[in-house]
Amino acid sequence: MENVISYRLQIIAIAMALCFMFFIFRLIARGKLREEYSFIWITCTALLLLFSFWRNGLEVIADLLGIYYAPSLIFLGAIFAIVIFLVHLSVVNSRQHQQIKDLAQEMAILKKKLEDEEQKKGS
Amino acid sequence: MSKAAKVALVIPCFNEEDVVLSLYAEISRTLFPEGITVTPVFVNDCSTDNTRQIFIDHRMTFIDLPVNLGIGGAVQAGYKYAFRNGYDIAVQMDGDGQHPPSELHKILKLITGGEADVAIGSRYLTKEGFQSSSLRRTGISYFRWLNKKLVGVTVYDSTSGYRALNRRALELVSGYYPDEYPEPEAIILYALHGLHIRETPVIMRERQGGKSSIRTYKTVYYMFKVTLGIIFLYIRLKFNGKRHLL
Repeated sequence: MENVISYRLQIIAIAMALCFMFFIFRLIARGKLREEYSFIWITCTALLLLFSFWRNGLEVIADLLGIYYAPSLIFLGAIFAIVIFLVHLSVVNSRQHQQIKDLAQEMAILKKKLEDEEQKKGS
Repeated sequence: MSKAAKVALVIPCFNEEDVVLSLYAEISRTLFPEGITVTPVFVNDCSTDNTRQIFIDHRMTFIDLPVNLGIGGAVQAGYKYAFRNGYDIAVQMDGDGQHPPSELHKILKLITGGEADVAIGSRYLTKEGFQSSSLRRTGISYFRWLNKKLVGVTVYDSTSGYRALNRRALELVSGYYPDEYPEPEAIILYALHGLHIRETPVIMRERQGGKSSIRTYKTVYYMFKVTLGIIFLYIRLKFNGKRHLL
């Protein structure tokens, strides 16, 4: 199991993972990413870093799970994570849809009330 | 004889500049039974044409949605307005002139007489007036069957938007109202909350302007969406209790 990945590639992988981590932290620090979403992204970067340092990690886990071709584990994990995250986003989206609807109706009714009051004052 | 009642006529409008004024004039001309005052409340669902300007020019009562919500959201806005402003009854009426104001008293009578919480004007109880296409009628009998199976209520014209709600029903729809094609779904909502639903025959006209929200190529999507909506609403109300709606 030696030299599964060359050292050069490992350095690139670590650098990429760190870059990604830095990018995520910057987004959170600037308030562009809400903490509730930041959790999932921090976990992702942590996993990336873990596997860039732990060179045989993928093989070991694949072995444990009885997966013959280790890289397919990446696809399995990634697709699973993506699907879960998409469902989560759909839930968030639906909730926002409801909230926007409520706000729009509230605003329209208040606008009407305001106009009525102004008219009453005017006459 | 029916008692006095304040009625809000909720008319959702999206780009209906051609018909809105004649509809308003027609409502103003219509004579209603004694004690009943009818106020048309137009809901402008972000029209891109002159609809809004017409409302302002003719000093019509309207509420102006800041973003386009679609028919369900627009109607609910009108219901909320009616509920909070102390109206006894709210009637939904299409902005395209399909629902003649002269038929309104028939629907109102069911509510003022205390026979129903929700009164629906149906074009199929008697075969008079505009009857719509056979494809649409097939869809409607399917919804009738589905409603009957789920909640045991037979509504012949479940897609009819010409319906009146009393305050009990208004309170319910102020909290929750289905979104995209709300009419068949709303029947499940009313029935599972123990509201009495009654139908009365009305004569409808062919639309005078604008486009139906249900066009042919969308029929399949419509059937699918409404079926899903009905079934999930049923499951939600039946098994999770009512708290999940609000």
